[in-house]
Amino acid sequence: MSDVRAAAGNANRPMSPHLQVYRPLINMVMSILHRMTGVALYFGFILLAWWLTAAAVGADYFNYVNGIFGSLLGKVVMFGFTWALLHHMMGGIRHFIWDTCRGLDIGSVKMLSFMTGFVSVIGTLLIWAAVGFAG
Amino acid sequence: MSMRTPLKNVRHLGSAKEGADHFWLQRVTAVANLVLGLFLVWLIASLAGADYETVKATLANPINAILLLMLVISSTIHMRLGMQVVIEDYVHQESSKILLLLLNNFFAILVGAACVWAILKLSFA
Repeated sequence: MSDVRAAAGNANRPMSPHLQVYRPLINMVMSILHRMTGVALYFGFILLAWWLTAAAVGADYFNYVNGIFGSLLGKVVMFGFTWALLHHMMGGIRHFIWDTCRGLDIGSVKMLSFMTGFVSVIGTLLIWAAVGFAG
Repeated sequence: MSMRTPLKNVRHLGSAKEGADHFWLQRVTAVANLVLGLFLVWLIASLAGADYETVKATLANPINAILLLMLVISSTIHMRLGMQVVIEDYVHQESSKILLLLLNNFFAILVGAACVWAILKLSFA
């Protein structure tokens, strides 16, 4: 392929624009975060499987696993998990709206993208405030 | 002028030979996950700091157990479809792609089976 380009004398021709040349736009950031949170939740599912199987195995093992989830690191991970879940949910709702061909003008796209980030952060904080960060 | 035969339209399958099944199943499971995911958040939040007996009794409650089973089935299908798209987007080397798609299926089934086993054991113990 590179030989072909060099032979054509076009080795230094500009590449098609890609991620790194665009100024981040809110809809682009939320789209990337939607995929990233999806991948995070994919692997995060291991935590749900671990917690449920621990509960099924018995009291000693469950208390051990619950201790890990209750540690500072465990809470940070669970906080991230909560946000990832809410963000992916809000992104999903945004996609449902777009699936009906509504909200595709630039103003609505920006507003829906902003709401995805806003609601996911506020929702995560509200859930953790309700449960109690110390709990 | 359409190049499609009438039979093609009847089968309503595109070039991928499976029509919009992937897209549609992703949306169906997404709707289910929206409801069941909120239930999961509520369930785990209500069990924060609870002792083992409380957790065990709560997870063995029929309504909670059935909703959890539905969540596990719906979300493992959803995440398998989602990861399939991610792999197809970024992995172009054919053998790596097939291997990762295979692992994706196995992973989704493994975590799903582990959750289902746990929920059933808690329910019927």
